[in-house]
Formats: sequence, structure tokens, C-alpha cells
Amino acid sequence: MAFQGYLLPPDGENWSGLRDYRAHGGYAAAEKALREMKPEEIQNLVKASGLRGRGGAGFSTGMKWSFMPADNVRPRYIACNADESEPGTFKDRQILERNPHLLIEGLLIAAIANHVDAAYVYVRGEYRTAYENLSAAIAEARAAGLLGPSVLGSGIGFEVYVHRGAGAYICGEETGLMESLEGRKGQPRKRPPFPAISGLWRRPTTINNVETMSHVPHIVRNGADWFKAIGTEKSTGTTIFGVSGHVMRPGTFELPLGTPLRDIIFEHAGGLRPGRTLKAVIPGGVSMPVLTAETAMQVTMDHDNLQKNGTLLGTGAIIVMDDTACMVRAALVIARFFRHESCGQCTQCREGTGWLHKLLVQVENGTARASDLDTIDEVGKFMEARTICALSDAAAWGTGYFLRRFRPEFEAHVEHGGCPLAGTSFEV
Amino acid sequence: MALSDELRARVVAEFPKYPEKRAVLLTALHWVQAERGGWIPPDTIPDLAELLEIPVIEVEEVISFYPMYSVEPVGRWHLQVCTNLPCCLAGARGLVRALEHELDICAGEVSEDGMFSLRETECLGSCGTAPVLQVNNEPYVECLTEGGLVDLIARLRARAAAADAAQTASKTGASGTLAPGAARPLNGGGS
Repeated sequence: MAFQGYLLPPDGENWSGLRDYRAHGGYAAAEKALREMKPEEIQNLVKASGLRGRGGAGFSTGMKWSFMPADNVRPRYIACNADESEPGTFKDRQILERNPHLLIEGLLIAAIANHVDAAYVYVRGEYRTAYENLSAAIAEARAAGLLGPSVLGSGIGFEVYVHRGAGAYICGEETGLMESLEGRKGQPRKRPPFPAISGLWRRPTTINNVETMSHVPHIVRNGADWFKAIGTEKSTGTTIFGVSGHVMRPGTFELPLGTPLRDIIFEHAGGLRPGRTLKAVIPGGVSMPVLTAETAMQVTMDHDNLQKNGTLLGTGAIIVMDDTACMVRAALVIARFFRHESCGQCTQCREGTGWLHKLLVQVENGTARASDLDTIDEVGKFMEARTICALSDAAAWGTGYFLRRFRPEFEAHVEHGGCPLAGTSFEV
Repeated sequence: MALSDELRARVVAEFPKYPEKRAVLLTALHWVQAERGGWIPPDTIPDLAELLEIPVIEVEEVISFYPMYSVEPVGRWHLQVCTNLPCCLAGARGLVRALEHELDICAGEVSEDGMFSLRETECLGSCGTAPVLQVNNEPYVECLTEGGLVDLIARLRARAAAADAAQTASKTGASGTLAPGAARPLNGGGS
């Protein structure tokens, strides 16, 4: 029997109405947290569950919450990251559109645990349906007394506001998001101070991803041991994997962390197109190092295993490429993306992303020299670990590992004076 | 007055959500675009700055930073095709070419009648239903095919014609007033 997840309604169903959500046990966990648990208890429970952030970095959620100052400095905020923009990622959208009360309940529990006054959900500007469904759910929750000056008569006040972004990838970076929410360009801030001390409007702020918050009600309801029984020792619970690219049934699949990548591609996503063979897989969105088919067939989708195999889980966004795909073109599209999205603050990133893109255009169209391949490597190294945020590193990894792991194909472009796969490959 | 009274009132009504007025800027710019046919005319910028109590240059900085804001007129139907990796793997480049042919414009341009503009965009977060396209700020058009494109263009032309007819009817009607929200204002576009 297929694995049953807990984050989304069954296919074809939508629980965005409060009645539907309540009919499936909704808000029982929030009531329990409100009436039976102390804030520290909730924090400890989430820490004990091993929940790690689902937005890409994989940091312990309970640990992040524990950085919030212990004294009751008010006001303090939650910034909820719904600026889902990592190419290949389309999972948070499922929650926002089809189960938004789960997110609201998670935010409410997080607010109780962290003495928070208000949450701002930063939804990417293009997500129209997500914005509308979440806004409607918040209005319903407020009317039902689940949000407002005294949540369910407890005397604890909590509000959730939705804030629309305007198309900039960098606003998914935690401090870029805060700048943007305050009405500025989304240029990341230097740290320290970290958001827990000085976040939104310089107040204590915890920033958490949509999916991360959506696990919290289930952990409160079922306990840390239940959550730890799903997944692996250090990657607990499920996640919503998004599969795109050259598979028969692309889509989202909620599965335990640690599921073999081979099973996700060949069972859940229906395998490759007839007659094709696997060439490359990006396991966690385009920021993460690409895997060769050989490695991809051996890995399991959890933090430890992927790290051991030279990549990272990221957002669990799996992009599959078969033997028709040109690896230079794939790297080129990724370089073009990062060039477009660099916020321009740091020299290494602003100049490096443009340089990488230009070099890859030349490799693809056959005007590059053999030495240009080494230059790509060097530029990438100069972009790593030197900037205010990780976009620069992501650009270097997202493109550089294509060269490192598929170098003969890059060399063939230089020797041929163009793309040897031009007849079959996707176009850019 | 560059900003309508209605828009001003909506912006002011947002202030209580935030500790600072300027936090409403991104939202306000979305509303200006919606009200003014998909772009931000220069005369609205000083008004917004004054309303939010920030310098004009900071409004301009924000507009130029975010890809969803346009400082030039766009088509009545602004088509954005995702050309990031998952959509390219699913044939997005061919779709852009087909649209350019169908609309007789290049990506980045507005058609002469101001009806359509076409742009390539970065990942829209719909990779499981690639290739994907967004019209204005409407819900996505997913799993797009070249045949589907032709239908889409025809549907959009028909919607525009229907909205114009409704507007004309209300203009010539007994009250002589414009039905609110009958149609998006048409922008001059290309010429």
C-alpha cells in the first residue's frame, strides 16, 4: 500500500475551508498547546522530534526557537517564508492552496512556544491562488476566535498577516525577506545580529518555512517519538518531494526522509520516458550539486546520505534529466538564473554570476577555449564563502558541479565548436 | 491626482498591520499596477512616497529591484513564460518561439495594438506541471502545449472583446456611468 502522508489532503481534495480542516482533526493540537502545555514544553517537544527546516538549510527548528531571547521582550514576530522560488520547488504551494489551516495552526503553536505577537507570511507575488486561499483561511480563523486579541478565550493574543512579494528570488533568504517585508529592496543583512535578536523591525524574530510549520501540529498531536519513527535517525518525519523534468509522472510526493531516490523516480514519478536512460539528477533545487546517474541510483533522500555523496537535500526538489539532455545547457540555464537574481551587494556574487553565465554561453555556442573551463572553476572558487548570503555559493555549486561531474561533455563542446547533442537536447 | 481616492483609502487601511507605514509599499505598488493596467506610471511615485512618508528615490529603488513591477506600459494581457530548467526540459523555448510567431512580437515587446506583451520569467514554482505561463496576475496556465497556446490567445482576445462590449453598453446605458470593474483599462502599448 502506498505511504500515507499527513501534510496534504488526499489527491483531488481541498481542506482550505475551516469546516473541512476541523473535520480532519484540525486545531486540536493548537488547543492542546494552548491549554495543556507550557511554552518551554512545546519548544522541547519540537527539539526532541528532530524536526529540521524544510526551506533548504535543514537547521533544527527547536534549536532555532531556543535562540529567541528568554525574557519577554515585546513585540516579537514570526516571519513565515512562503517565498518559494528555488527552481524545481513547488511543495509549499500545495500546502498554501490545499491545506492553509495546517500552516495557521503551526504558526499559532509556534507563537505560543515563542511568546510571539504576530506572524507575517511572505508569499511570493506570483502565487495568486495560494495568496487567496491563505487569506480566506486567516479570515475564517479570526472569525472563529482562533486568531485575535484573545485566542480561544485564553488571553493570549496572536495575529497572522499575509504579505505579497514581487518576484525576487533573494527574498527567500531570511534577512532579504525581512528587508522586503519592511518595504525595502530585498538585500540580505550582515549577521550578527541574527534574526532571533534583531529581525523584523529590529525585534526578536524567528523565521520558518511553510512546510516546517506544517509539521508542528502533527508533532504536538502525536508526540516526538511518533515523528522520530518516520524517516532516519537524523532526518526525521516526511517531506514533500517535488519531481520535475524527464519523468512520466512529475508532481509532489510526500514520503519519509531517507526514501531511496531510485524509488522516487522509478516508482512514484513513473520512471523515464520510453527508451531513455538516466543521465543526471539535481536532488534539492538548482542551488544544490548535481549527481551523475550512477550516484543518483545509490543515494537516499536524507541529509546525511546526500552529504556523504557530495550534494545536499536542499528543498527536496528533484530535477531529472535523461540522456537527451545537454549538461552545458543545464548549467547555462542555472547560471542565467543566478545572474538575474543576484542582488548586487557583494562584488564576488554580482560579478561572478555574470562571468559564469558569459563563459557558459561561450562553451555552449562553441566559441570557448579549453582554458575557459578552468576559468569557470576558478570563478566558482572565488565566489564561495565570501559573501553576505549564500546565493553566491549556490550559483557556484549549481553550475560548477556540472563541469566537475560531466567535464568530458564540456570538453566535447570546446572541441566540436558547439553542442554535440544539439539535435536531441532541450533548448535554452 | 495620480492615485485614486479608493487606492489611497486601501493603502491607509493597511497601515495598522505593520509598525511602519513603508511596509505597505510592495502591496501598494501591486495595487497601482492593477489599477493602471499593469504598470506603474511615473506620476504615481511621488504620491506614494508622500503617503508612506519615504523619499521618492526609495520608491524608485524598490520598483527597479523587483521583477514584478513594470515602469513601462505592458499589454492588456501580459504573458510571462517560465524558462527556468524544469520548464526548459519540458519545451519552454519552443513555446516562447510559437508565441512570438503567433503574436508577431519578440519576447520583451508589446504588440502594436497593445493587446499582448510577452516576457520570459524565472521559475514560477509549478515545475510538476511544466511548461507554465502566467497571464497578468491570474492563476497559472499549466501543462502548456503549442496547440493550447493558440486556444489561449483566442480566449484572451474574446475576454477583452466581451469586457469592452460590457463597458460600451454601460456607457450608453440610462445611468450614463461606467460600471465599476467592467474592464481593465487598455494601455497604449507599443506606439
